[in-house]
Amino acid sequence: MLSRIAESLFWIGRYVERADATARILDVHVERTLADPWVDESAVSTSLLSVMGSPLEPGRTVGRRELLELLAHDPVSPSSITGALGAARENARRARETVSGDMWESLNTTWNALASGQWRAASPHRFFSWVRERTAVVSGLVDATMSRDDSWHFFVLGRSLERADMTARLVDTRAVSGTGSQWPLLLRSTGAYEAFLRAYHGSSTGAAGEAHAAEFLLLDRLFPRSVVNALEVAEACLDALDPVPRRVGYTEDARRVVGMARTRLEFQSPEDLLADLHEQMRLVTQACSAASEAVGMRFFPVAGAVSWTAGRS
Amino acid sequence: MRDVFEGYRDSPSGAAGARAADEMFDDAGRPRPEWRALASALSELPAAELRARADQLASTFLDRGVTFDYAGEERPFPLDVVPRIIDAVQWERVERGVAQRVRVLEAFLADVYGPMRAVADGVVPRAVITSSSHFHRAAVGVEPAGGVRVHVAGIDLVRDEDGDFRVLEDNVRVPSGVSYVLENRQALTQVLPEALQAHRVQPVAGYPQDLLAALRAAAPAGVDDPTVVVLTPGVYNSAYFEHSLLARAMGVELVEGRDLVCRGNRVYTRTTAGERRVDVVYRRVDDEFLDPVHFRRDSVLGCAGILNAARAGGVSIANAVGNGVADDKLVYTYVPELTKYYLGEELILGNVPTYRLEIPAEREEALDRLDELVVKPVDGSGGKGLVVCPDASAEQVEDLRRRVLADPRGWIAQPVVALSTVPTLSGSRLRPRHVDLRPFAVNDGQRVRVLRGGLTRVALREGSLVVNSSQGGGSKDTWVLAGDESTDEVERIAVRPAETDLAPAPQHSASDAGPGAGSEQAQQQQQQHEGQG
Repeated sequence: MLSRIAESLFWIGRYVERADATARILDVHVERTLADPWVDESAVSTSLLSVMGSPLEPGRTVGRRELLELLAHDPVSPSSITGALGAARENARRARETVSGDMWESLNTTWNALASGQWRAASPHRFFSWVRERTAVVSGLVDATMSRDDSWHFFVLGRSLERADMTARLVDTRAVSGTGSQWPLLLRSTGAYEAFLRAYHGSSTGAAGEAHAAEFLLLDRLFPRSVVNALEVAEACLDALDPVPRRVGYTEDARRVVGMARTRLEFQSPEDLLADLHEQMRLVTQACSAASEAVGMRFFPVAGAVSWTAGRS
Repeated sequence: MRDVFEGYRDSPSGAAGARAADEMFDDAGRPRPEWRALASALSELPAAELRARADQLASTFLDRGVTFDYAGEERPFPLDVVPRIIDAVQWERVERGVAQRVRVLEAFLADVYGPMRAVADGVVPRAVITSSSHFHRAAVGVEPAGGVRVHVAGIDLVRDEDGDFRVLEDNVRVPSGVSYVLENRQALTQVLPEALQAHRVQPVAGYPQDLLAALRAAAPAGVDDPTVVVLTPGVYNSAYFEHSLLARAMGVELVEGRDLVCRGNRVYTRTTAGERRVDVVYRRVDDEFLDPVHFRRDSVLGCAGILNAARAGGVSIANAVGNGVADDKLVYTYVPELTKYYLGEELILGNVPTYRLEIPAEREEALDRLDELVVKPVDGSGGKGLVVCPDASAEQVEDLRRRVLADPRGWIAQPVVALSTVPTLSGSRLRPRHVDLRPFAVNDGQRVRVLRGGLTRVALREGSLVVNSSQGGGSKDTWVLAGDESTDEVERIAVRPAETDLAPAPQHSASDAGPGAGSEQAQQQQQQHEGQG
């Protein structure tokens, strides 16, 4: 397929997942700051921004309203929900002949609703629920209407890398939390709470709960939003996109980077992981962006528009 | 008449005044035979219900992204809820006339970029051809496969006060608008199913397959399974929606200039698995932007070297480069003679009488009665630069007079044609509004197929004669009725539920590593598109 289209699909996958995960993270954050009167809101907001990869210049602090502006409603920033969905829609528009009509329409109506500004005034929780619903619709339509060809693999690859990255960031927000146990909240925000309770039979309370929850979000091989599961899916996509069997290792940077990140998590003891959570999560997000870069170099080498220079004839 | 037609026949205003014929009602105010069923269906609908259905149409278009880009903003192309009906007898003449027009323009273009026989035989002056801004010497000697240069044509027709169809202009460069024909039918099927069911309407959905067949037939000799691509200037072009729709419906790739690379007189696309050869480029990029080797050197919308590749037979370009000379409005005035000369036939659909302003006697006469005429630039399209003098101010007319005197070859003048009117929703009442018609024809080298339907454009402002979308024009679904003895397949009803959501979409671009808006935006908008302006 065309490199440009492949790149668009990869980014649609990333942006839709980003919007969904950002909505989940912000939902937790807002609930937490409302529920806990002892939270220093501006400190929490500031560190949340830096976890989400949009650190403020030193000395500047933000309140909840500004935080939501930056991460939810900013129409041009690719790290805000609205910006990400707008960029997903723009990429779908560029790849109109490849994405299914249903998928395009779901992205387009979502963008139309955002552009009308009707959600700015809504309560944050309602907005986040709506975003999660809309992204679920997009994912469902992709699942139901897209052929499992290269375009699908690029889409899923983008989604998986973003998912691993965002789950790692979400876990990292635990470090910027206020007081009390954060895990139930984190599990709920990834939709993992019930799955977690079933997996651990409700045996988890207190400190053991923390360890188990971290294990679950990072290492569970069966839960689709865990970091390891997302990295495994990304590896499978890379395999499908470049299925050359090799006798020795991998020539492909993306495969190497993703594989290393996954094994590093899988072969660490959960205690070590927890003890050094922030650094471990930083390594995961770093691996995701390195992998994304490597995918770009390998499959979409034609960066941006061509320029043509000709001498005067 | 009651309800939605109330006050329909109050005297209309504008340059066409009361001369215009209405297509639905005859002079006595009775619905014409082919319109009866629709007229009674409409008059039975409560006004509020008609309005509600029109709003449903608008939101359907927004949801599906049926838009055209205007000055960098995506706008829905307004679709009126009342269709335009053409019966089988009238259509048969349109079909023959349009096909004839394509045949004569093909013959003319083959002659222009070949032996120039018509010039030698004194049918058309050489200067008329060589002074056309769309005559490209670079196209001389490019031999198109199957001898086809006009793979797709959009011939603009109007109906005069006698109800006769006439040709207003030819578009054989990059005619656009066919996507709205397809979309309009789909939308109206959902919104007026009962009306569509009451008629036997010729389907339009087969167009993309006809187009694909013609494009495949245009492949260079010796290619047995040709790869076809659609080349678009990009998402900021006003007709981007159409480019993507056609690519989707044909199942071929939609490429931008940067996706193509030309080497050794072959054209390739850049794919994730290396380069892939392309045989036919259905380009929606104007000549000027198509190849920086021969045309505008600063263009990033085309593919450097594609014209030499076409000359060498390594790739086919549809429509051919240089076709614009046939669209030239001064050349248009010679089409009746050219038809006799090349085909030995009389024109089936007549021209509109036209003053050749470069001829002194005609220029003098036209300038004397300038305030009654419509003046158009010869190389414009999409209503650009057109002046309807009766509706213009005295200063505008004087300014125009100066410009015509400065460049007589650049303009033609025509009497105001009183375009026919069709009932159109205005508020919650129906009012007469002027319309034109653009049928589309596809030439595969064996025969010219005319799509049974076409784009009816309607001037939404009262009295206005300008139907272009950039000037507040909208469109209507065009229903060509099947004849009584016709065994043709007619439109089947397939109702699809539609969501509703209303919001204009602002300009947006992603700003991080994902592909977003580039600096080429201005160029994509700049290249004009026939019939979009």
